[in-house]
Amino acid sequence: MNQILEKSIFEYSREGRGAAAQQPPALVGAGAAAAHEAQSALPAALRRRSKPLLPEVSELDVVRHFTRLSQLNFSIDTNFYPLGSCTMKYNPKACNQYAMLPEFLARHPLAPDSQGQGFLSCMVELQEMLEEVTGMKAVSLNPMAGAQGEFAGVAMIRAYHHARGDLARNEIIVPEAAHGTNPATATMCGCVVREIPVDAEGDVDIAALEKAVGPHTAGIMLTNPSTLGVFERKIQEVARIVHGAGGLLYYDGANLNAILGKVRPGDMGFDVIHMNLHKTFSTPHGGGGPGAGAVGVSARLEPFLPVPVVGREGEAYRWLTEVDRPQSIGRLSAFMGNAGVLLRAYIYMRMLGRSGMSQVGEFATLNANYLLARLRAAGFDLAYPTRRASHEFIITLRRQAKELNVTAMDVAKRLLDYGFHAPTTYFPLLVPECLLIEPTETESRETLDAFVEAMVAILAETETDAAKLKGAPWTMPVRRLDDVRAAKQLELTWKPVNSAA
Amino acid sequence: MAFIPHTEHDIREMLAVIGAPSIDALFDEIPAALRVQGLEGIPEAMSEMAIARLMSERARQDGRPLSFLGAGAYEHHIPSAVWAITTRGEFYSAYTPYQAEASQGTLQLIHEHQTMISSLTGMEVANASLYDGGSAVAEAALMAVRAHRKSKSLRILVPSTVNPNYRRVAVSTAGNQGLRFESVAYSRETGCIDPLALEALRGEDLAALVIQQPNFFGQLEDVDALTDWAHSAGMLVIAVVNPTSLAMLKPPGEWGTKGADICVGEGQPLGVPLSSGGPYFGFMTTRLEYVRAMPGRIVGRTVDLEGKRGYTLTLQAREQHIRRGKATSNICTNQGLLMTAATIYMSLLGPAGLAKVAESCMARTQQLQSALCRVRGVRAAFAGARFHESVLLLDRPAAAVLRSLEAQGILGGVDLSADYPELGPALLVCATETKTDDDIERFANALGVALQAARAA
Ligand SMILES: Cc1ncc(COP(=O)(O)O)c(C=O)c1O
Repeated sequence: MNQILEKSIFEYSREGRGAAAQQPPALVGAGAAAAHEAQSALPAALRRRSKPLLPEVSELDVVRHFTRLSQLNFSIDTNFYPLGSCTMKYNPKACNQYAMLPEFLARHPLAPDSQGQGFLSCMVELQEMLEEVTGMKAVSLNPMAGAQGEFAGVAMIRAYHHARGDLARNEIIVPEAAHGTNPATATMCGCVVREIPVDAEGDVDIAALEKAVGPHTAGIMLTNPSTLGVFERKIQEVARIVHGAGGLLYYDGANLNAILGKVRPGDMGFDVIHMNLHKTFSTPHGGGGPGAGAVGVSARLEPFLPVPVVGREGEAYRWLTEVDRPQSIGRLSAFMGNAGVLLRAYIYMRMLGRSGMSQVGEFATLNANYLLARLRAAGFDLAYPTRRASHEFIITLRRQAKELNVTAMDVAKRLLDYGFHAPTTYFPLLVPECLLIEPTETESRETLDAFVEAMVAILAETETDAAKLKGAPWTMPVRRLDDVRAAKQLELTWKPVNSAA
Repeated sequence: MAFIPHTEHDIREMLAVIGAPSIDALFDEIPAALRVQGLEGIPEAMSEMAIARLMSERARQDGRPLSFLGAGAYEHHIPSAVWAITTRGEFYSAYTPYQAEASQGTLQLIHEHQTMISSLTGMEVANASLYDGGSAVAEAALMAVRAHRKSKSLRILVPSTVNPNYRRVAVSTAGNQGLRFESVAYSRETGCIDPLALEALRGEDLAALVIQQPNFFGQLEDVDALTDWAHSAGMLVIAVVNPTSLAMLKPPGEWGTKGADICVGEGQPLGVPLSSGGPYFGFMTTRLEYVRAMPGRIVGRTVDLEGKRGYTLTLQAREQHIRRGKATSNICTNQGLLMTAATIYMSLLGPAGLAKVAESCMARTQQLQSALCRVRGVRAAFAGARFHESVLLLDRPAAAVLRSLEAQGILGGVDLSADYPELGPALLVCATETKTDDDIERFANALGVALQAARAA
């Protein structure tokens, strides 16, 4: 990785410079007359008086600056990225290339369905493939990320209860290991969150669940395999208890990669699920997004799906809207969600096909269990030593923290020096000093072995040279950053060096 | 095995290390009754060559008609450099920058974005993106209720000149928390918020007024008066703006005496392709005093152990991974890559280039309106200044006219009859800098033909 820091784009700026080739040509004739007319109709009070702080730079300045910035990143294309819960698998180049065909890019969201049958046919088939791999009755592609899928799911659960006149159900049960979006979503849906514990082996505490359910239970949100990296073995019992109490089951599909082709949420008893297409179906994470959080439902929730959804009408496809789905929870985006991401997921699924799809879960699990076995043999402590890993697993550095004052964060930062992105740290919150490790199926055995070697070397350093860890990273463009200062002395925008502010 | 590197030899050796007899044995914790047998509904795998052919055929099916559609998504020239850089693997295939030291590229870029979008909107701070313009309006409403110090009201005014789909997203997103979105009528002369309708609400306990500029009809609202009115009535002001227009129009931070409080918008015009509706990105900016009420990721500048400058995610105590059920929002993954494209776009255009785009859009729309209004049976709905959209009233039903235009290879605007039936047959048309004299003439001729045919029918 490039280790030379790049100055701010604003420092390249020179008054009057610009990328002239990108500017629209000057208007002549009717255009110029119209420009004059439009400008004279614009009252002075509505005009901008100050120049916005955008850089004045050449095209080459821009290309060089942002290319250099890119080189300050770790990414899947450059590094092993075993970030637990994030499924950082290879994003095939074909998915990007063919989702970006000019006709797809140029298609306006309000173009009539008749001018989008190619695109819509991809969307219908994507809906159907997602129904098949999850065992759900119907899918809506609208949600733009996992959290919005969760929102759609819980909103549908609420709408379902309300439609039956069951108005008291406003509690969402969430295991304590759940991802932060689960409780945050419940709140956004106007529900009350009830957290329940998991047992010593990582399964839901059944006694606590039985105590928690009742006439106020709207539903439960579960990730399976859970964020602890283990399959929830009592899932059928959980389903029986929650359904028995009149609640519904929500499946957080962030970990669907683990079970793709092996077991389906619909068969486990879930009523509604979201999928993170930017995880399981390999659409890129883009340094923060976009994602796509398609939702799937059982038959009783189908009327509540967010609109629009694609329907078939004879040989043609069209968007179904509020008019067709009067009970829908409504719209989540101005148009129809992250269409371009959905195209990428569609291409990925078609390339994998039936056989490839089942291999995803298999090889993700093989890689995780292999890493687990090797790290255990190397002396790392597992959070759940009696359990199989799903597609990910947790090691805990509680012992090292207590005895050697070396934390999970130190190990994470030191891994960067060895050229590996760190696993997820301090999530789930329930396991102290944890590293959640998810290798994914697209990594080779050699890469996994190299990672183990680095971990072994770091483990040795914890005893012999803890300062190496405490000071890490050493080889990145910056050393460890001061987060406390960032939050205390807010510098949220760039300011010219000598500016008063 | 499409993207799986394992050889038979690898599999054997890895299983031996694990101590498992087969890959299948690794799933022994899953109750046997739940195991699926096969995925019959999934078609057979395709090679890249085959998928390339399939996708090209499907794309060709959709064609590339001449489009005058706007209504929240706009066709602009996108410099080649924007997506050449955005799709570099180092940006494209990185995660959210949790490990700051290994993500300085993304972090610095977000910080530069925050600077540009704050300045463009005339506000002090920005976040690193929300899902889209519609969801940004919903988040802004929730934020306004949180940030309002004097009122506990959950009522938000969303005038009928705001994009109807933004209102729908706000209702479905924030309605569950008890927020209520109330309409305000528009004037049939100006296509802007009716000041009398607004004045009738004085004295009510309301949390915020949403002002879209340019509004859904493309008309320019009297933002100074509206902002001052809302503030005097004890409300916060949520500005919804088009970023391109801000190169020319007064930024929300300067509206009225005190400026808007929260500003959001659809970032798509800044280098993001139309792509059937997404991925786009929502932006949000605000005053420094409200930064802790803001949803989404925020990047701050700081220093490392050696005092060297660097960037990191900050104020995370607002976010779901720390605050869980008490977070400002459930948003986690945002629209980072689109924000990346927008930052590169804004850098390439610069203040002068963006202003030229804005001027050109405004001119082309004026030219379009004049040309179309020369067609028999067409007139402009509203007087007054507008940006790059215009509402045209027709003397024949819009749906039939649009179908006839489509048959001539033209997407002639958005039919407003469902959302604004009181207008009668009405089209919302848009022309950006991408439209030429020829395009406009072609549309005018085709519209004449379409109306003629409708009259004959
Ligand atoms: C278990 C789990 N649930 C939900 C989410 C939220 O998904 P997204 O970031 O797409 O909103 C994530 C992703 O980080 C996750 O790991």
